[in-house]
Amino acid sequence: MSKVTRFSGSDPGSTARVSGFIAHLREHGFHLGVAETETALRALSCVNPIVPSEARLALKSVCAGSVEDSVQFDKLFDSFWMADGRVRHKVIQTKATAKLKDTKSTRTDETQSIAGEGSIQAPEDAKDGEDSYAEGTGKLVASKTQNLMKKDLRELVSAEDIRAAEQVAIRLGKALRDRRSRRRKVARKGTLIDLRRTIRQSLSTGGDPLHLAKRKRPDRPMKIVALCDVSGSMMHYARPFLAFLAGLIRADSASDAYLFHTRLVRITDALRDDDPLRALNRITLLADGFGGGSKIGANLQQFANGYARNFVDGRSVVIILSDGYDSDAAEVMGTALAKLKRRGCKIIWLNPLKGWKGYEPVAKGMAAALPYLDAFAAAATLADLAGLERTLERL
Amino acid sequence: MTSWINLQTSLDKIGYVASNDLAAALHISITLGRPLLLEGAAGVGKTEVARALATIQNTQLIRLQCYEGLDASQAIYEWNYQRQLLSIRAASEVGETGSTVETRIFSEDYLLERPLLKAIRQEKSPVLLIDEIDRADEEFEAYLLEVLSEFQITIPELGTITATSRPLVILTANGTRDLSDALRRRCIYAHIDYPNRQTELAILASRCPEIEARLGQQIIGFVQKLRQEELEKVPGVAEMLDFAAALAGLGIKDLTSDPAVLQATLATLLKTQADRAAVPIEVAARIAGKAA
Repeated sequence: MSKVTRFSGSDPGSTARVSGFIAHLREHGFHLGVAETETALRALSCVNPIVPSEARLALKSVCAGSVEDSVQFDKLFDSFWMADGRVRHKVIQTKATAKLKDTKSTRTDETQSIAGEGSIQAPEDAKDGEDSYAEGTGKLVASKTQNLMKKDLRELVSAEDIRAAEQVAIRLGKALRDRRSRRRKVARKGTLIDLRRTIRQSLSTGGDPLHLAKRKRPDRPMKIVALCDVSGSMMHYARPFLAFLAGLIRADSASDAYLFHTRLVRITDALRDDDPLRALNRITLLADGFGGGSKIGANLQQFANGYARNFVDGRSVVIILSDGYDSDAAEVMGTALAKLKRRGCKIIWLNPLKGWKGYEPVAKGMAAALPYLDAFAAAATLADLAGLERTLERL
Repeated sequence: MTSWINLQTSLDKIGYVASNDLAAALHISITLGRPLLLEGAAGVGKTEVARALATIQNTQLIRLQCYEGLDASQAIYEWNYQRQLLSIRAASEVGETGSTVETRIFSEDYLLERPLLKAIRQEKSPVLLIDEIDRADEEFEAYLLEVLSEFQITIPELGTITATSRPLVILTANGTRDLSDALRRRCIYAHIDYPNRQTELAILASRCPEIEARLGQQIIGFVQKLRQEELEKVPGVAEMLDFAAALAGLGIKDLTSDPAVLQATLATLLKTQADRAAVPIEVAARIAGKAA
């Protein structure tokens, strides 16, 4: 164990230092609030905080909330408290940041990590592209460039499309009912007698239970969370898929929608706009870089670590609309989906290319994703989506 | 100041060997009155922590086993419907009025306590073990959050019941599903891993003192090696103790002496068909040889 960090004389005191440490953890992805700072201080008073190992145990039990957190906590603790002096402390901290970004693959770091990866995929694809262009696969190269040109979504989707999609989305939503619910609720016609209510009501008839209150297991609607890939390779399918997303959000108030290309954007709130066309307009503003490169793995990872923690649970069905051509490493996709799966949701991948003759999930990312999928189906048009009803019923 | 070490020592005395992480987290959760969330693989002794804690605090252990579909009538309270019905009947014979009957049948005499209600109505703080919380569904988790922060339960017919003493709450989870951030944030967290060689030897020595030191070394070596194999269900501490007890019962002094008997006792460690097939007699003998 190295030396303890020496703070300068102007340092405001131990309380501020602990809150500084909490801020340090927060910067590195820990979900900690003000209440945790207080708990941490109280926890420190339970042990002998002068001894670093005891302080570490106390802070760890408060701040870490999972196995991954515990491992990361030790590193962050060392970088904050165990560094030798202010200068070195800073150096170590930046090192930790770099390491973190590597695992999380946030945007800034991707340019570097892809350098190695892209050379394997992109040039090969580009070479193939020439002769396979005749077969129509030339557009499937996973590109990494961010397309900063704004595309107007209104050119792509019309109001009629949205209305048709709304119908499809309603039907799909109905197909996705969770029949596993084991809780019961009061119902007029049920299978079990609700004794509590029956007895309460029998009071008025002198103890004769004339009215039997019943309970049943309610069907619970599943929540649909749709993630739509709008990278360059998916442009051909953007029209039906965007209409589907818009229809979905309008049909079902519990559903949730996201777009991704090189970034992940939550478009649920924008799509809730009363006017469907104004909604698309708002998305156009949000989805800067539409039609650019594809970073499926990184986006899914960001989704699993961020939005999914609030919006995905055991009653969610995550629908991913993408062709699986990814410029990220395949493992990123695998770990991201594994993490997502741990939230207990169902994952459905709709791939427009699956319907093609001779298509196999050759894209490396797609192959890594397959073990985590509950359903992998073809869908390129709105009619295809409507045809999924059966598949979803079986889930 | 080092009171968590005292806690560790007293746990040790009654046969529970706790790591520093666990002892400190346990001490903090007791002092701050926060629930303790324990995570770890099956069979590392999560449930045992609660039992040990109840023993050293000399208090009652109240256990709530979670499962999918667990609801208020199983976890908190339920009215005793049979008694209520009888009482209403009896009252109508005597000619009692409706309102007096109602007050009577919705009194505490007719209330069946379930673990959560029982835990907050004890004279002395009990240990409340909420086992495998990840098996219960999200609704129950949300309800639990409310009970754990307020320590009061509202029964519409009776009113609000406030805790007479705050229970020491221990929640365990082994990753059936992810728990909500809200629950994690409210808890003090500790992860329990498979014990290392020294710790496991100490556990074996305190639980099965009749086993000789040499055999003990062999047993621990064998089990620790076995955990590194590709198994479906990795043997936990409880399995190791069963294994040791089985060997002691068969009067074995040396693991390597009789491969056939060793293979037979593996039934205590390997609990699936695939795992049994993965460790045939030669492999078991080889591992035992290495461990010795």
